[in-house]
Amino acid sequence: MGNGTSIGRVRGLGSSHEGTHHWLTARLTAVGNLVLITFLIVSLALLPDYTYATVRGWVARPLPSIALILIMINTFTHARMGVQVMLEDYIHGEGGKVAAWLLVNIVPFVAAAFGILSVLRIALGGA
Amino acid sequence: MAQAPKPRPLSPHLQIWRWGPGMLVSILHRVTGNGLAFAGLGLLLWWIGALASGPESYQSFLDYTWTGAGGGLQTATALLGKVVLVGLSWAFFQHAASGVRHLILDIGAGYELTANKTWSIATIVFSVIATVLFWAFLLLR
Repeated sequence: MGNGTSIGRVRGLGSSHEGTHHWLTARLTAVGNLVLITFLIVSLALLPDYTYATVRGWVARPLPSIALILIMINTFTHARMGVQVMLEDYIHGEGGKVAAWLLVNIVPFVAAAFGILSVLRIALGGA
Repeated sequence: MAQAPKPRPLSPHLQIWRWGPGMLVSILHRVTGNGLAFAGLGLLLWWIGALASGPESYQSFLDYTWTGAGGGLQTATALLGKVVLVGLSWAFFQHAASGVRHLILDIGAGYELTANKTWSIATIVFSVIATVLFWAFLLLR
């Protein structure tokens, strides 16, 4: 714990006062995922077959494209927060904390960008 | 005066507590969540990336994760793929159900001992039944 003084907070041992926002965003994206992933798996289950033409044709339609782009944003936001909390619980060394900080602040953004670009390539008809 | 840094206290870990449904569901929530985050989202990106890259990439994705058509390595990964996909569907249903349980706990309901135990068990019952029905629908229709 910090000792309540300014220097205690500077040493990074006090509250960052970001907990409530983190907590609320986790809940908000949870509800979003409940809707989006349910839409995704029900839609996929109802496809007549899983050939390239059928699946790509489905993704290219406006509603699935929008849902998939939102999924790329919402799931990676939610996963990033959950993985961050998990790492905070189990990683105690300073080096490990820096590595974890880099992981949760870089990988999800690269991954989501790749996912969004892939959906756009399909939706806009590129190859 | 600033205090000398000392080791932070750690809460007692798994082996200290007597297992109960609430504890099991809490652990499962973390395990399934991280499974979905790494394996689930990884597979989602592979799928959408392959779909964007063309018919050959998509066929390769299907062969490695499901059909095993190319033989050799693909036979092994396709077997693994089926286990992972069924596991991920269960993980989603379990994480979703215990996530809803958490939302209800967040509004201050469901803390009575019997209610807490009942709803913890209900999330597991739901996830198993939902997984069976989902795959029955996919494979038998």
